[in-house]
Amino acid sequence: MPSSKWTRRDFLETSLKTGAIVATVPAALQGQNSKEDAVATAGPNIEGAVPITLRINGKDRQLRVDPRTTLLDCLRETVALTGTKKGCDHGQCGACTVHVNGRRVNSCLSLALMHDGEEITTIEGLGSPDALHPMQAAFVACDGYQCGYCTSGQIMSAVALLKEPCGPDDPAVKELMSGNICRCGAYANIVAAIQQVRKNT
Amino acid sequence: MQTFEFIRPADPAAAVVTAAQTKTAQQGADVRFVAGGTTLLDLMKLNVETPARVLDINRLQLDRIEAAPDGGLRIGATVRNSDLAHHPTVQRDYSVLSQAILNGASAQLRNMATTAGNLLQRTRCMYFRDTAMPCNKREPGTGCPAITGSNRMLAILGTSEHCIATNPSDMCVAMAALETTIHVLGAKGSRAIPMADFHLLPGSTPNRETVLEPGDLITHVTLPPPIAGSKQIYLKLRDRASYEFALASAAVVITVVSGTVTKARIALGGVGTKPWRSPEAETALVGKPANAANFRKSAEAAMHHAKPQSENGFKIDLAKRCLTHALRMAVAA
Repeated sequence: MPSSKWTRRDFLETSLKTGAIVATVPAALQGQNSKEDAVATAGPNIEGAVPITLRINGKDRQLRVDPRTTLLDCLRETVALTGTKKGCDHGQCGACTVHVNGRRVNSCLSLALMHDGEEITTIEGLGSPDALHPMQAAFVACDGYQCGYCTSGQIMSAVALLKEPCGPDDPAVKELMSGNICRCGAYANIVAAIQQVRKNT
Repeated sequence: MQTFEFIRPADPAAAVVTAAQTKTAQQGADVRFVAGGTTLLDLMKLNVETPARVLDINRLQLDRIEAAPDGGLRIGATVRNSDLAHHPTVQRDYSVLSQAILNGASAQLRNMATTAGNLLQRTRCMYFRDTAMPCNKREPGTGCPAITGSNRMLAILGTSEHCIATNPSDMCVAMAALETTIHVLGAKGSRAIPMADFHLLPGSTPNRETVLEPGDLITHVTLPPPIAGSKQIYLKLRDRASYEFALASAAVVITVVSGTVTKARIALGGVGTKPWRSPEAETALVGKPANAANFRKSAEAAMHHAKPQSENGFKIDLAKRCLTHALRMAVAA
C-alpha cells in the first residue's frame, strides 16, 4: 500500500487557500480579486462583503465576510480552521462551541460581523499534537469520545467550565456540560476527563 | 438565510431612528435589533425572520447592572444571562431570577443571550418554526395546525382559537413574579412598561406578541426593592434534567410571618401563551396558614381557567403539583 500523508484537512485547507471552493460562488458575483488581496485578506470578494478583523488563536486575521456568515462558517470556510464542527447549526448540539473573549459560545448562532475586533479561541488554539492542553490529554486518557465529531466542542466547553462557578461533584459538571450533545454517549468518560483536570489544577 | 444590511448604530437614539422606519416591530419586522442572536439568528436560518436590516446593539453600553435610586436593581438590555444569574445582588436579593436563568438553555447560550433578547424570546411551537406549515402567528389568517396537531408542549392558559403557542422563557417567569418594569426608548421618547402589560395574549392577533412599536428599543429593566424576608424558588419540570424547555414551571416569592402567608407573588412557565402571573393563586394564599392544604388550593386556583388541548391535558395536574411543591420548597428554605 502506498502511504500518503495527504489528509482530508490538507485538501480542504489547500482548496480554501487556492479559491477552488470559492469558485462555487457564481462568477457574476465575484469582483476583482487580485492575488495580493487574496493573500492579505481571506474570504470571497463578493458584492456586499464586509471587511473585519478577528483575533483568532492569538493572530489578527483580516477577513471579508458576507453579512450572513456565522462565526462558525467564517472559521471553517474562510479561515480554514475546520476543528470547530457544524452539528445542528441551531445552537442545540454544542459541536460549534468556541471561546469569544474567553467565554464559550455557540459559534453557529453568532454573526462573524458581530465579533469584529474580538478574541476568538478555537480547538486549534488550545494545544498542538505535541503539546496537548491538559483537557485534551485528559480526554485521550479517559477515552472521552468515540466518533470524535462532538469532541472539539466538548473540550472547548470543558476548558471554559474550569473558570465558571461549578460545584465539585459530577452532577454539577453534567449540568454545565448539558449544552454539548454526544450521540455516541461518551458522557461518563467526558465527565471523568473534566473531573481529572479539575482535581489536578 | 436572506440577505440583509448589517448596521452598527452609534448610540441608542440612532438605533431608534433607524428601527422606526419599519412598519411593525412584531412578526415580519424588516428591521431587527440583534444582541445575543440566539433567537434571531436561529429564526433567520429558518426564514421565519427575514429582516432587511439588522442593527447590532451590542456596543451601545447597555450592559451594566447597577443599584436603582429606589433601592431596586437596574439591569441593562444587553447584560448576558450568565452575568445576570451570577451577579451577587441577584443571587442574594432576587434568587428566583438567578435560579430561573440557570435552569434555562445551556451555559454557552446563557453567555450569549441577553436581558432584552430573553424578554423577546419566541415560541418553540414547531408550526411557527416551519415555513412549510400554516401558522397564524407567522402568517395571520393561515390557521393553527397545532390545535388539531402536535400540541404536547403547548399552552393551556391564555390560548385562543387562533393560537396556543407557549412562551418558552424561564427568565420572564421570574421577572413576572418580581414585578419587573421594562424601560423602552422609542420614537416618541422613553417609557416604562410593567411586566404584566408587556406581553400580549394571542387573541385574534397572535402575530402581535408585545406592546412594542416600530423603533422601540428596550434599554433596561428595573426590579423593585427586594422584599425583606421573602423566600424565593424557581421550580422547573421538563422531559430531561437539563437543557430543555419547561413542561411546567413555577416562580414563587413568598413571605411567611408566624406561619401565615403575608405576601405571595406567583408566576408560571411552560403553560401560558405569555409569562403567566397568577393573581388567583396569590389571592388563594395570602392571609392563610402556610400549609400543604392551602398550597394545593392555591395551585387549584391557578389552573381554574386552564384549557387543555388533545395532547397536553397532563400539564394541568403537572402545573398544580409543580406549584404546590415550589411553595413547600420555598417555605422550607
